[in-house]
Amino acid sequence: MLLEISDLRVRVEEKEILKGLSLSVNPGEVHAIMGPNGSGKSTLARILCGHPGYEATGGTATYDGKDLLDMDPEERAREGVFMAFQYPVEIPGVNNSYFLKAALNAVRKHRGLQELDAVEFLQVIREKAKLLEMDQSMLHRAVNEGFSGGEKKRNEIFQMAVLEPKLAILDETDSGLDIDALRIVAAGVNALRSPDRAIIVVTHYQRLLDYIVPDFVHVLSGGRIVKSGGKELALELEDKGYGWVDAVAGARA
Amino acid sequence: MSTQEETIEQLATREYKYGFETILESDTFPPGLNEDVVRAISAKKDEPAWMLEFRLRSFRTWQKMAEPTWHNLHIEPIDYYGISYYSAPKAKPQLASLDELDPEVRRTFEKLGIPIEEQKMLANVAVDAVFDSVSVATTFRAKLGEMGVIFCSFSEAVKDHPDLVKQYLGSVVPYTDNYFATLNSAVFSDGSFVYIPKGVKCPMELSTYFRINAKNTGQFERTLIIADEGSQVSYLEGCTAPMRDEHQLHAAVVELVALDRATIKYSTIQNWYPGDKEGKGGIYNFVTKRGRAMTDSKITWTQVETGSAITWKYPSCILQGDNSVGEFYSVATTNNRQQADTGTKMIHLGKNTRSTIVSKGISAGFGQNTYRGAVKIGKNAHGARNYSQCDSLLIGDKCGAHTFPYLQIKNSTAMVEHEASTSKIGEDQIFYCRQRGIATEDAVNMIVSGFCKEVFRELPMEFAVEAQKLLSISLEGSVG
Repeated sequence: MLLEISDLRVRVEEKEILKGLSLSVNPGEVHAIMGPNGSGKSTLARILCGHPGYEATGGTATYDGKDLLDMDPEERAREGVFMAFQYPVEIPGVNNSYFLKAALNAVRKHRGLQELDAVEFLQVIREKAKLLEMDQSMLHRAVNEGFSGGEKKRNEIFQMAVLEPKLAILDETDSGLDIDALRIVAAGVNALRSPDRAIIVVTHYQRLLDYIVPDFVHVLSGGRIVKSGGKELALELEDKGYGWVDAVAGARA
Repeated sequence: MSTQEETIEQLATREYKYGFETILESDTFPPGLNEDVVRAISAKKDEPAWMLEFRLRSFRTWQKMAEPTWHNLHIEPIDYYGISYYSAPKAKPQLASLDELDPEVRRTFEKLGIPIEEQKMLANVAVDAVFDSVSVATTFRAKLGEMGVIFCSFSEAVKDHPDLVKQYLGSVVPYTDNYFATLNSAVFSDGSFVYIPKGVKCPMELSTYFRINAKNTGQFERTLIIADEGSQVSYLEGCTAPMRDEHQLHAAVVELVALDRATIKYSTIQNWYPGDKEGKGGIYNFVTKRGRAMTDSKITWTQVETGSAITWKYPSCILQGDNSVGEFYSVATTNNRQQADTGTKMIHLGKNTRSTIVSKGISAGFGQNTYRGAVKIGKNAHGARNYSQCDSLLIGDKCGAHTFPYLQIKNSTAMVEHEASTSKIGEDQIFYCRQRGIATEDAVNMIVSGFCKEVFRELPMEFAVEAQKLLSISLEGSVG
């Protein structure tokens, strides 16, 4: 088991958002987390990465045998937890490849690997840039500065490709993407699927799952997972709408 | 709670690295200021009568002046009559070679990492080091001399090159200029003098290192740089001081003269003791820096201001000759209780004169950072152009950033552009970095360096690295 979440409760600004969420993820699996706005999807993604402002008030999250909630955000990252942000921030004046080199070397150092020099690093990123059809110029611009919505998301997956995480969490990666950009991003993610990497895809829409086909789909409502199933659950949801899930959840409660 | 805060706490309590004091015998005047003190300084330096006259004229003018109050600074009253105006390490008055330098002084400069020994030729930096009031060593003099470049202490220049000093002293910053410049004109003790002959490109960076050591002393140095027609020079100054509970006064004057087709690049890394977290102690830094640019010449001021309790400083250019160019690149940081009121004046007199202003203010802790800049276009300055960019970065929510741009345009063909921005280091930016495995401290450094990039790239290579380090030290502990 790579990630074991049990009865997790999370509070944001005095408000309880997750109310006892449990989820198990094995290496090699792709899990989709779906749900209406405000159901707690992004909260789940952020608590797993240690976003400040998100406080776990109960339950556990064990990652690779360790207490995930006890680790600093950078430690989680170095241990292989990666989040593709819904809204990647801009860092003016900081070169994109310089930033990524600092990140990669921090991760490598933590894992006891030798830090890469400029030449070695360049080889790594050239190869990965091809995967995401990234223009070379994007590597030398400031981090996300002046990037279009599509470029930002592509840059996130590019970073994922370079950092090679064990657990990748994609937070609404499809939002703001046109169909061509969606295809490129999805192709990048699919190329990164591997038996020792798990991916959690957080999304509002089924559309992304046409391209990144999940092994499991979980529906979140009111801070809990109310329904889990295979990839066909996403299609059923698309068909019947989130109202159907709420009705199921309500009937059960 | 989080490690982020712990790291910050640790770093905030870090001490000023250059805060050591050198114990050595010194020749120090008792505190006090009057005409006798001015005469005594002049006598100590064995100055000619014209120099003493200049000092006395200045002193009499100063006595009738009042401290400026237009700045955006809160300053405790300064007792100008309660400080000593002269302090010199006791050593042989004339040094034939560096081997004769007082070993204590030498050790201090070694601690500061100044390449004072000639063996460090590879550094290719000629250094004049000013300790308290006097210049203690100037390196590479012989090598520079071969090309006719004069690089010496101001006192020596008064003796050895009186004609040049007489011609240019006060020609850019007149002795009546302002309260602090006038005080400096009366009591300045030493400083650096540079003359680059016609058509000579100075083969190395020239550098002066200023250090205030003695207690209760002010430092009033004076720098004069003359770049003759078609010459080029790059000059760098650095400053440090020991940690003291009381404030110390520093009031310097720098005058630059760029004759036709000359280029002067003047870079400053200012790291005077900033005071402690509560604002106790620290240097009061009141500096007047100005350059006069003649036809087709260029003056570039680059400053990285990280130290001092108070910074009051406006390196300026008088663009007198046609086609002359003035540039000002500045990074000013204020952390804890530091205050800075800094900027520039670009005075366009000649035709097709151009100026660029790039100012980056960083405020953290309770720091207050003010940009104050003036762009004046005279009525004959046809085709003059100015571009100003003032960016402020706030770290935390207890600091402040203020911008006061003044524009005075008397020629309708001029083009003046002003851009300003204020941003905050976002928690989201730091989190983004941390999520990629980069520690908080490194993330802050990275974000701040990115913000200052346009200024850092104007610094000579080796100093850009030092500036970046200094900036990260001065901002450590500022994120919370």
